[in-house]
Amino acid sequence: MSLLDIRNLSVRFGDADAPPVVDGLDLSVDRGEVLAIVGESGSGKSVTMMALMGLIDPPGVVSADRLAFAGQDLLSLKGKQRRRLIGKDLAMVFQDPMTALNPSYTVGYQIEEVLRAHLGLKGRAARERALALLEQVEIPAAASRLDAYPHQLSGGMSQRVAIAMAIAAEPQLLIADEPTTALDVTIQAQIMALLLRLQRERDMGLILITHDLAVVAETARRVCVMYAGQAVEQGEVPAIFEAPTHPYTEALLASVPEHADSRRLATLPGIVPGRYDRPEGCLLSPRCPYARPHCQTRPALMPHARGAVRCFFPRNLAAGEINPLAPGRHRRSPPKGDLHAY
Amino acid sequence: MLGFIARRFGLLIPTFFGVTLLTFALIRMIPGDPVEVMMGERRVDPELHAAAMERLGLNKPLYLQYIDYVGALLQGDLGESLRSRTSVWKEFTSLFPATLELALAALLFATTLGVLAGVIAALRRGSLLDHGVMGLSLTGYSMPIFWWGLILIMVFSVWLGWTPVSGRIDLLYDIPPVTGFMLIDTLLSGEEGAFTDALMHLILPAIVLGTIPLAVIARMTRSAMLEVMREDYVRTARAKGLSPARVVFVHGLRNALIPVLTVLGLQVGTLLAGAVLTETIFSWPGIGKWLIEAIGARDYAVVQNGILLVACLVILVNFTVDVLYGLANPRIRHQH
Amino acid sequence: MDITQSFPAAEPVVHYPSPTREFAASFMRNKGAVGGLLFMLLLVCCAAFAPWLAPHDPLEQFRDHLLTPPMWQEAGSARFPLGTDELGRDMLSRLIFGAQLSLLIGLASVVFSLIPGILLGLIAGFSPTRAGPFIMRLMDIMLALPSLLLAVAIVAILGPGLINTIFAIAIVSLPSYVRLTRASVMTELNRDYVTASRLAGAGTLRLMFVCVLPNCMAPLIVQATLSFSSAILDAAALGFLGLGVRPPTPEWGTMLASARDYIQSAWWVVALPGLAILLSVLAINLLGDGLRDALDPKLKNAA
Repeated sequence: MSLLDIRNLSVRFGDADAPPVVDGLDLSVDRGEVLAIVGESGSGKSVTMMALMGLIDPPGVVSADRLAFAGQDLLSLKGKQRRRLIGKDLAMVFQDPMTALNPSYTVGYQIEEVLRAHLGLKGRAARERALALLEQVEIPAAASRLDAYPHQLSGGMSQRVAIAMAIAAEPQLLIADEPTTALDVTIQAQIMALLLRLQRERDMGLILITHDLAVVAETARRVCVMYAGQAVEQGEVPAIFEAPTHPYTEALLASVPEHADSRRLATLPGIVPGRYDRPEGCLLSPRCPYARPHCQTRPALMPHARGAVRCFFPRNLAAGEINPLAPGRHRRSPPKGDLHAY
Repeated sequence: MLGFIARRFGLLIPTFFGVTLLTFALIRMIPGDPVEVMMGERRVDPELHAAAMERLGLNKPLYLQYIDYVGALLQGDLGESLRSRTSVWKEFTSLFPATLELALAALLFATTLGVLAGVIAALRRGSLLDHGVMGLSLTGYSMPIFWWGLILIMVFSVWLGWTPVSGRIDLLYDIPPVTGFMLIDTLLSGEEGAFTDALMHLILPAIVLGTIPLAVIARMTRSAMLEVMREDYVRTARAKGLSPARVVFVHGLRNALIPVLTVLGLQVGTLLAGAVLTETIFSWPGIGKWLIEAIGARDYAVVQNGILLVACLVILVNFTVDVLYGLANPRIRHQH
Repeated sequence: MDITQSFPAAEPVVHYPSPTREFAASFMRNKGAVGGLLFMLLLVCCAAFAPWLAPHDPLEQFRDHLLTPPMWQEAGSARFPLGTDELGRDMLSRLIFGAQLSLLIGLASVVFSLIPGILLGLIAGFSPTRAGPFIMRLMDIMLALPSLLLAVAIVAILGPGLINTIFAIAIVSLPSYVRLTRASVMTELNRDYVTASRLAGAGTLRLMFVCVLPNCMAPLIVQATLSFSSAILDAAALGFLGLGVRPPTPEWGTMLASARDYIQSAWWVVALPGLAILLSVLAINLLGDGLRDALDPKLKNAA
């Protein structure tokens, strides 16, 4: 059984006719597995994780067929029961460490708070545990840092503190939302190494949200590519890097120097559709070099031998590899008759 | 921290001299001859007039007059009241506790209710309750408090008979002034019923004086809370699985109070200005009523240096708020 | 079929609402602000057509009708819809004429503090080393005194009256304009568009009034609305203290000064002038809040 199992998750803000920020997403993570989620800003990666943590407030609405963590249905858990999981078994590290820590309290206080809330540790026991955690995240002179205020720490140091806070109650699944984006390049590798070491040592599940495809290639077993709130491609990392099936994934890979075919880096023209310019059909169609008239209808996520893809004209797939009759879970599954023409 | 305080204190000195310049100029702006005005007569005997000019140093050049004025101030000489012939400083110190007591009561009323209302409104954003709190606070902010005082007297004192109309305490009681705070003095005197009586006298003026600060604090708390609750660290706190109360009060309000504290400091000016009106309505024997009476009686020594003292008070309070702000906000405290 | 042949996607047409329309729509959504605007229009009409609207001369004393209650009370009469005061003057007429005076004081004091305030603020912003610090210190000193107290002091020295009231209120609201203008100017001066016009050879005056000032207007408009309301409040307070407009001129605050004696006998003499002040000030503040929310794009999208 997977540690985390999400089926058809949607998040929308405001009125019912507003386009969903996350649209029918399926995800699963196993114990001890690293899953990467890739996509441009605004593709719904972070919102998905916020929904998982129960951090979406009205007017945001979260709906899902299934949102199960360690066998428990998160959607049916009420406030207090859910908070027993959040921050304990399910923890999160955020993007910008400089704003993620409360400026009014010391580092030690903010770590001990987790220990007190979830493990019932108080006083000296909590303090010793907090110190041990700071040492685990490789903070030098850890004892003296307990009494430091967040503004006295560098970005990398703050992120280490945030990681210490997240792993304080020994979570089974850690979500890292672009944990290195706000940091100096030199620090980024250190933080990634730290996260992966902790993941291996504790056999945690790790969801890694990132822009950095190089990081994905090195760390993750599976990847989910998101575009405008939808998963457009999912699958095993080596296979997808070898032969991307979605035009968007292909474009992403082409924009990475190591994967580029020509000397000039490829770019995808245009931007992610916003609220006012959401296209009728396939969301990528206005930017897609392979778009055809048929792309004016919405494709569903279709499983194939190496993963799943949301495209009528997938790349690098033999004609028989994809099953056009696969039942789309999506609201608007494509009309079945159209596909055989291609 | 000491360096921080010293630096802020250094900034006060030019402001202080600026205010003396202002109060000095104020008196020189009186149309006509100050001596004539002070003596309250149109035709003064020329010899007497010259003697008065000489005695008051008014025949010297302006800059020398200013130096004399500041010199006297620095020696603690604030002049004496033309009416009572007692020193301005003595009158001020004897009346100030009454104003302070009133202002503190008003501030207590405004802060507790204002912070509470602001937090609730922020958490129930967009609800009927939020609109109600915001509507009421805008009404409070728009309130002509002298009229508000009259209405409260009319309803609670005249129609319902719950509270006394004016003064600090009933004439029945003879309370020796020990601290100057009537609530404390009545307790010390041990007279039965005196404390309750003083409290009843205090309630309406405190509400009237606290109305505008209450409105300002409620609005400020609400917007600061809305801002803070959107901060990343509040999200972090929620992601830790902490209880909503802990997220709101420990992580949210603690940071939201920093701007509220600043606003609170700015309200001291409003309180002192409001005290002028409140004390006039309730015949509260404080410095506001004292200043207005001095203006009515053309007691310019009191007007000039009374205003100077009030200004110094405001400057000092703002300084204290600055320092407290530094204490509450570690980011400022550690700036070097 | 050739898969590389791309489908010519139609150029997406994006409709962004125009700024004016967005402002109007955002303002109109704010029910309080619209209410405030309507009440203000009513007030302006009262002030403009006071001689035709008022049933009586505001100064005329009906000696047979001292302290007549409003018409809906038992002893009231339809001749004096809101009753009469202690000298038998018609309350409604006095309130209507009072609107004239309050609006005049508010408007005049805003104009007389806004214009010098903006000028001083611009100078302070453009001259951060010489004139700037001097002006700002001066404003700090003025801010050290509570505004009403400073106004009281000025009027006490100059003597009561309409002109001196306006003058005193204009002076005390000066610092907020200067500080606001200077702060906005300092922010705008660092923007690239200012550097661009400077490089294009724009003179200081052009920079001040054509480039920078229009971009500082939003907070100034809001501040002008708010100080309009506080001008009305301060003027009424001065009147109440006997330092404002001289009786028998029908000014709302002055009307309250004598009302204290009738707290026990004639509630309408006490309640009505203050209610007029409260409602006008509230209306202007609602208007100001609506303007601020509609003009400030940061707050606009936060909802």
